[in-house]
Amino acid sequence: MKRVTRLVLLHLALAVAAGATLLPLLWMLSASLMPAGEATAFGHHLLPSTVTFEHYRALFTRLNLARDAANSALLAAAVTLISLALNSMAGYAFAKFRFAGRDRVFRVLLAALVIPGQVAMLPLFLMLRELGCINTYWSVIIPGMASIFGIFLIRQYALSIPDSLLDAARIDGAGEFRIYRSLVLPVCKPILVTLAIFTFMGTWNDFLWPLIVLTDSDMYTLPVALANLVGEHVQDTELMMAGSVLTVLPVVVLFMALQRYYIEGLMSGGVKE
Amino acid sequence: MTRPRINPAYGFLAPALLVIAAFFFVPVVASVLLSVTDFDIYAVASFANLRFIGYGNYAHLLQDPLFWVALKNTVHFVFVAGPLSIGVSLAAAVLLSAKLVRFKAVFRIIFFLPVITTLVAVAVVWRYLYHPRFGLLNYGLSFLGIGPVDWLGDPAWAMPAIILLAVWKNFGFNMVIFVAGLQSIPGRLYEVASLDGAGPRRQFWYVTLPMLAPTFAFVTIITLIGYFQLFAEPYVMTQGGPGHSTLSVVLLMYQEGFRWWNMGYAAAVAFVLFVIILALTLVSLRLRGGAPLGVAEPGRESAG
Repeated sequence: MKRVTRLVLLHLALAVAAGATLLPLLWMLSASLMPAGEATAFGHHLLPSTVTFEHYRALFTRLNLARDAANSALLAAAVTLISLALNSMAGYAFAKFRFAGRDRVFRVLLAALVIPGQVAMLPLFLMLRELGCINTYWSVIIPGMASIFGIFLIRQYALSIPDSLLDAARIDGAGEFRIYRSLVLPVCKPILVTLAIFTFMGTWNDFLWPLIVLTDSDMYTLPVALANLVGEHVQDTELMMAGSVLTVLPVVVLFMALQRYYIEGLMSGGVKE
Repeated sequence: MTRPRINPAYGFLAPALLVIAAFFFVPVVASVLLSVTDFDIYAVASFANLRFIGYGNYAHLLQDPLFWVALKNTVHFVFVAGPLSIGVSLAAAVLLSAKLVRFKAVFRIIFFLPVITTLVAVAVVWRYLYHPRFGLLNYGLSFLGIGPVDWLGDPAWAMPAIILLAVWKNFGFNMVIFVAGLQSIPGRLYEVASLDGAGPRRQFWYVTLPMLAPTFAFVTIITLIGYFQLFAEPYVMTQGGPGHSTLSVVLLMYQEGFRWWNMGYAAAVAFVLFVIILALTLVSLRLRGGAPLGVAEPGRESAG
């Protein structure tokens, strides 16, 4: 086959695949801007006849989704910050300290990655209920405060920090926590950014656990609120699409801004396995 | 230099390990204990109503037709959506890695976009795409002369509909891993293969695929573990219907545990899920051990 033909065919295949991938998302955006009833009207409108923001207005006024969006943002930010601190300390310790049972503990943690989270959910619910945390922010934050995957990711990265660097700081009289804070953390910045994006998006997108522990509509995260809304407003296609855009948009924007870190982090993690 | 009496490592480890121990390992062990009790709505009210019933929940489970339906549906989902996702991922990765392709970064972002979207939100969107009368999918199919399909209302089509959504949502993730795997294949292997007279197709079969074996193992395991936890798609799109045709194991666990508060029984469901995932992970790791990692094949092929 000629080079030019190959070039054209290759890009044609990619363009068709890209179009098919984007279509559901573009339709969601387009339908969210249509006047009520247009998305389901006969004739299949792909674009709004007139652009309206009424559905977004309804979400924020009538349906009080601003509160749920704030819950989502607050929970994702809190889990990200706390887990980043705890995971980075533990990952650093596994990478750079010698202590009894280090490798055994680390192996146990890695093996535990195959345990699906659902196994822990029922007793965890009962535990948090005993602690009075159900239907509070703590019910989502507490189980998310540390993660095996996060510790693993940071450990792999921190292994490359030269011991001589740490020892030099110790000889200069720096305390262990100071070394961690002003030496290890800056060196680990790329992996911290990657892990922060993973964690933020994971928490933002999470559904099953918030569905279980956040029972009051004032406490809902966006995915829970959306799943609830679909029950009552299934006929209001355009409204539901606006709700979907509102839920998806923050993570899409975040991803677009930081996609280098995200994809590169994923690639390095995948290859190292 | 004075050495601290306590290894500072313990200070760094303690917060994370305590959280993981208290809020993951303890509940996992407690889950096994829960599964041998009759923990139900009365026990939710007061733990005094709790009784030890041994393997009662497991015996009940094996006789519960709903559990078998859920298991069958989940296995169906995993073993159709899994290979499909991995196949589409590999195809996209190979296309994207071709030397001639321009705008690689743009295509990569587009293919990856569904991965980062919120599952609940896109499940809501696809619910409308699947609408028998107004849905975009049936509209598209009508041009091919295919009559309207009641995607989510027909027990025969509901699971395929969920599989299609899952493939669309997830292929970008494995694609990125495959791209990384393809990049790590040394270029000289292709040079040698092409000197030996292997065309692009043979190079793919005898260089690319064997060299991707470790990537395949990794991708298979994470896809398997992820897909066995099928929940949000049926929850949002079908509620497990029609006629339980999309009821998954996790959805059954959720309904039993958190809707009917049969938490002992739900814990047994969760534990069985874990055992299945563990067994399949071990099998995948075994297969990886036996997979050919070298490139002895192309030589033999060119000789033949």
